[in-house]
Amino acid sequence: MATFFGEVLSVYSRAVEEDDDELDENEEDEQIRRELEEKREVHLHWSPEVSESLKSGNKLQCSNFVLAVGQNASSFLSVHILSTANWDTIGRASAWNERSRAVTGQSCEESACVFYRHKDNPTVLICQVSCYVAEDQLFQWTEKVFDCLQHRELNVTVLSDTSVADYKTADYLGGSSAPFLRSLHTSAFGDQPVCQSLEQPNIVTGLPAAVLNHCQVHRISAVVYQCYSDVIGPDSVTMETYKPVLTKLGRSIQLDLSPSTDALRKFVRTTDLQSNLYI
Amino acid sequence: MFISSQSSAPSFRDFTLVMPAVAVGNVGQLAVDLIVSTLNMSRVGHIHTDCLIPMAGNDPYASSKEDGEELHTPAEVYAAAELKLAVLQIRAPILQSKTKRFRQLLVSWIKSSGFSRTVVLSSSHAYQRDDQQLQGTPLRYLVTPSLLKGSADALKEMGWREMERVPAFPGLTDGNTEPRLCIPGGGITKGLYTDSCKEDLPLAVLLVFCSEGDNIPDAFALANHLNDWLHLLDDNVSDTTAQH
Repeated sequence: MATFFGEVLSVYSRAVEEDDDELDENEEDEQIRRELEEKREVHLHWSPEVSESLKSGNKLQCSNFVLAVGQNASSFLSVHILSTANWDTIGRASAWNERSRAVTGQSCEESACVFYRHKDNPTVLICQVSCYVAEDQLFQWTEKVFDCLQHRELNVTVLSDTSVADYKTADYLGGSSAPFLRSLHTSAFGDQPVCQSLEQPNIVTGLPAAVLNHCQVHRISAVVYQCYSDVIGPDSVTMETYKPVLTKLGRSIQLDLSPSTDALRKFVRTTDLQSNLYI
Repeated sequence: MFISSQSSAPSFRDFTLVMPAVAVGNVGQLAVDLIVSTLNMSRVGHIHTDCLIPMAGNDPYASSKEDGEELHTPAEVYAAAELKLAVLQIRAPILQSKTKRFRQLLVSWIKSSGFSRTVVLSSSHAYQRDDQQLQGTPLRYLVTPSLLKGSADALKEMGWREMERVPAFPGLTDGNTEPRLCIPGGGITKGLYTDSCKEDLPLAVLLVFCSEGDNIPDAFALANHLNDWLHLLDDNVSDTTAQH
């Protein structure tokens, strides 16, 4: 759908098309489709030491896996946890899709999805995802990553950014309520979430949902903290909303509870000027 | 694939399976929600597949705040052993590139579970009806030859209307074009039906012509229509909100 300002928005219609794959695909179509599928595959690139270990059949020992999806969640982890410099980069994931674009001077894949492991406590893993993982790649991403982790006594925490415009409620929210946190957890999660549970009819989608589905079905303890914010880009107030989660994470990881303003400022840069009409 | 949420895998042998097609107005899914909540069915497992768009949410059937915190996934199976009924609920769209594989997955799961019959609840675009279809009831049915053997009498007694075959190119008087089955807006309904005919599965489709909007009355109509045949409840479910 094209708007009057020239941006192209993808809209979703509930009306369903009848599938028409009765049409025979010729060989060329099939080849193109196959190549496209291969291009869209999710690839995990581990450090040599981890690759060796995985190849010999040993999964990564993991007691805590923290996943940050979105710019504010990722920046929050960078400022409060990764800043203590006790972390090794052990791998990254790449997933090419229609929204991937090469950023000049910096390979998009390098910074988009990175795995870190704590130096002193190597069973703690962190992953920051700031790129878009397409709908058809979510399941694959999750299966491939969790295939590398051992599941016994694994605890998964997911921090996820989302827009408050997606929050459905019968009551009027008012301008001062955002940003706020809501939680969703699997049946195996035995702890207390740090915030209210996500009310009906709200749902979680995307990578956090794929992770929750996998953990629910495989009986892994997992919790998603969804932050509803009215700001589109990186924002320090939104980042601070995740602070209550630190009380849970702080038990196993060393944290920086009061980072300097400079550290925060580094992550809160002005958003790219995609549209000249709205700041 | 089916993963049980209990300690042992449930047996579905000789059960009736009711499932929705993700179709216009989400009527099939709404009707399935009605069935699960009215019969107070309990969840017995998940269909864990890469064919559906992932989503997660709290228990939509919770009656109180205490039990409202149970995580639900895009495809779940509920069962009521005393009625020999199993219900599959699908809460997310099927990925466009994976519709064929999803149908294959369903067909093989139905076969391996030993369901005695499957009923697909679906819908089709009301605006694509031809002159004949505009008159009378908006409800239609389809049965595979395998199911027709056992249910022909019941269907005749209820006076249900079979989904009509329509010419491929209406208006063209070319004698070569055979009327064919067409379920616009029905998602995987037609594909699932033809696959089941090929695999000799006992499967029925119950669908209603509708448009996008408030589809709650359509869901009630479809659920009651199903009840007329399967007799899951003694009295039909009444929709008090539809009295306007």
